[in-house]
Amino acid sequence: MADSGNTDAFVEFERVQKSYDGEILVVKDLNLSMPKGEFLTMLGPSGSGKTTCLMMLAGFETATHGEIRLDGVSINNIPPHKRGIGMVFQNYALFPHMTIAENLSFPLEVRKIGKSDREEKVMRALDMVEMGAFGGRRPSQLSGGQQQRVALARALVFEPELVLMDEPLGALDKQLREKMQFEITHLAHELGITTVYVTHDQTEALTMSDRVAVFDDGRIQQLAPPDQLYEEPENSFVAQFIGENNTLDGVVKEIAGARAVVQLDSGDLIDCKPINVSKVGERTQVSIRPERVEFNKDRLQEGTHRLQAEVLEFIYMGDIFRTRLRVAGRDDFVVKTRNAPDQVRLQPGEQIEIGWLPEDCRALDA
Amino acid sequence: MSDSTANGPVLAADGTPLKRSLAKALRREKTRALLLIAPLLIFVLISFIFPIGKMLLRSVENDIVADTIPLTVVALAKWDASSGELPSEDVYAAMAADMVVAVAAKAHTRLGSRLNYETTGMSSLFRKSGREIKKWDLATDAPFKEKFLELHDGWGELEVWQTIQTHSARTTPGYFLNAIDMQLTSDGPAAQPESKQILITLFKRTMIMSMIITISCILLAYPVAWILANLPARKANLLMILVLLPFWTSLLVRTSAWKVMLQQQGVINDILVWLGLVGDADRLVMINNQTGTIIAMTHILLPFMILPMYAVMQTIQPTYLRAAKSLGATNWTAFWRVYFPQSVPGIGAGSILVFILSIGYYITPEIVGGTKGVFISNRIAYHISSSLNWGLAAALGAILLVLVLLLYWAYDKIVGIDNVKLG
Ligand SMILES: Nc1ncnc2c1ncn2[C@@H]1O[C@H](COP(=O)(O)OP(=O)(O)OP(=O)(O)O)[C@@H](O)[C@H]1O
Ligand SMILES: [Mg+2]
Repeated sequence: MADSGNTDAFVEFERVQKSYDGEILVVKDLNLSMPKGEFLTMLGPSGSGKTTCLMMLAGFETATHGEIRLDGVSINNIPPHKRGIGMVFQNYALFPHMTIAENLSFPLEVRKIGKSDREEKVMRALDMVEMGAFGGRRPSQLSGGQQQRVALARALVFEPELVLMDEPLGALDKQLREKMQFEITHLAHELGITTVYVTHDQTEALTMSDRVAVFDDGRIQQLAPPDQLYEEPENSFVAQFIGENNTLDGVVKEIAGARAVVQLDSGDLIDCKPINVSKVGERTQVSIRPERVEFNKDRLQEGTHRLQAEVLEFIYMGDIFRTRLRVAGRDDFVVKTRNAPDQVRLQPGEQIEIGWLPEDCRALDA
Repeated sequence: MSDSTANGPVLAADGTPLKRSLAKALRREKTRALLLIAPLLIFVLISFIFPIGKMLLRSVENDIVADTIPLTVVALAKWDASSGELPSEDVYAAMAADMVVAVAAKAHTRLGSRLNYETTGMSSLFRKSGREIKKWDLATDAPFKEKFLELHDGWGELEVWQTIQTHSARTTPGYFLNAIDMQLTSDGPAAQPESKQILITLFKRTMIMSMIITISCILLAYPVAWILANLPARKANLLMILVLLPFWTSLLVRTSAWKVMLQQQGVINDILVWLGLVGDADRLVMINNQTGTIIAMTHILLPFMILPMYAVMQTIQPTYLRAAKSLGATNWTAFWRVYFPQSVPGIGAGSILVFILSIGYYITPEIVGGTKGVFISNRIAYHISSSLNWGLAAALGAILLVLVLLLYWAYDKIVGIDNVKLG
């Protein structure tokens, strides 16, 4: 998870805790270290403490315990305005009484940068987000997406090394969102900025980030690059939270190295890869991605356990087919197949046999 | 659907021009809206606009002279006031004829009091003469000039006739001239005698003190509103009750409480003496002067400043301040450049409320103001209820109204009226 003590770390959280009311720990023992230039996303359900972490980093909340370091220097006692961290707020927080150009000029003015310099930087920042023509307008005269870009430009105009973004795309429609996702990552990489991005949209997290920190219950559940996060979730929370996932409950029957056999509550046996189960008799939740389930008899691996399934529903989704099955007493088991010419279209009521590669099925904590 | 052709108006589906059918559609909505507010509109019209209009009219209206002594007015029109001679017999005859009628209708005393506003002594002249004139016989008692002169010396004074002539017109600028310490004489407008010049001073005092009160209110209310807007809802509500508490106590009680606090043997002086900050012999005079009025009125009007400020500040999200700080602004810069400009509409609304309320305030200056701390409204009240010079009261009121409108206009020019939010 966290590799604290890393020398080339740019942003570091070390054993950080936070409580607002002295009773509940909102952030429990947070350890995180980011190298320079990384795009890290904090992903997690509502109330998991993402904004709180961001606010501690920005200096608007103080950590109850632990240390936050920026470029090797502890910033616990540095006031927010001296941290030099750019920030994009969820509702943009563009100053309504200033024009767009004035909004961008503000951080430069408080840094006492000369007028001509200022104007040049403002223009450059606005051009960067393709808003050059809107300098004279008020924020209320812009659309949501335009405001978002201005907020981004404002956070970048004073050339901070670290930029924090708290669900900056939350208010945009899907199409604009995807466009902005691309633009933000593009800009961040181009300018070499270290970015901490908060979202509770997992697609956004997966597509944008170098690494994703999955938050739950005030802890980082897993910190990994998107592909690893998706394919190798370390616990059942991450498995459930990221992407679509089939879960089955059972007890570990036998463990041999990278293989385990689990007896499901229905009595069926399946093969899987033990992730955080260690001994026989332990309860476990096994997780398998819908696209890794196989029902084509020719492709089912020899010598592995199989399960009986009944087709309940077939949904045509264009690029894929989504088939809902009843498996081991649960009727929310989903299989996804690619819409290929030779693909079988299962019919409701059909009885089939399903299986998978043991390494695709992960036995996690119950 | 409508088709827009290159050379004609856009037509609606039935062929009528789109503009007209839109207007028709809107008209029905407007009528309905108007009907909904009609009761309130009528109420406001009857109870507010109409009386005020009537009152304003009174400030220039002067029917009483022409109505009570119509013949005299006509006869006197030919008289040259600057000739130094008394009017001729026909004026006196006309006066006799008018007076007989007026006395019978008991209208002569009212005319006397009206003319008394302009020249002292007129009231008693008319009252006393009325008693005798009642017994005259118009047909046989001529010539009247002698009889009048015999009756009262006043009828032989040029000033009396000049006053009647000057004020015989049906509309008069006289009240307005009086309101700015001038008077209408037979030679045109002239300054009031020194001893009667108080109104301009009062106007100035009202304006200056209202401004001081408004500024004190801003200074005191701003932090309170800020705290209110930034506290968690439950605590804010509690504080809000404290702010509103004064509204639940009678204005009279609150003002009287200040009397207890501020007088020379009062609570504040006692404490200061006890602390040794002032000597027992030179206790501060804080009541029955301007200080008293300013302190008491600031306190009483404070909620009117806090409420609009609070309403505005509540809408300013704390993220703006955070954003400013994250952009590198110190606490002070963030406040001054980002928070304060957004709170100006609240200050504007509060100031307008407090200022307008205070220039028309009456009870508090009356109780704690003594002679040095009273406002123009106390003078208006005096003319309405004691001297019964409603014309002058109306003129003063009208001037006050114009001043308020002027200030409003100036405010609009400087700050912009759309920058005012009352909630
Ligand atoms: N100012 C505060 N005072 C008290 N509790 C707070 C405060 N701010 C947040 N909390 C609590 O801390 C917890 C974490 O809040 P936080 O805002 O960090 O969540 P989040 O992960 O950003 O959620 P979301 O995705 O909804 O924005 C929540 O349970 C919240 O109720
Ligand atoms: Mg949040």
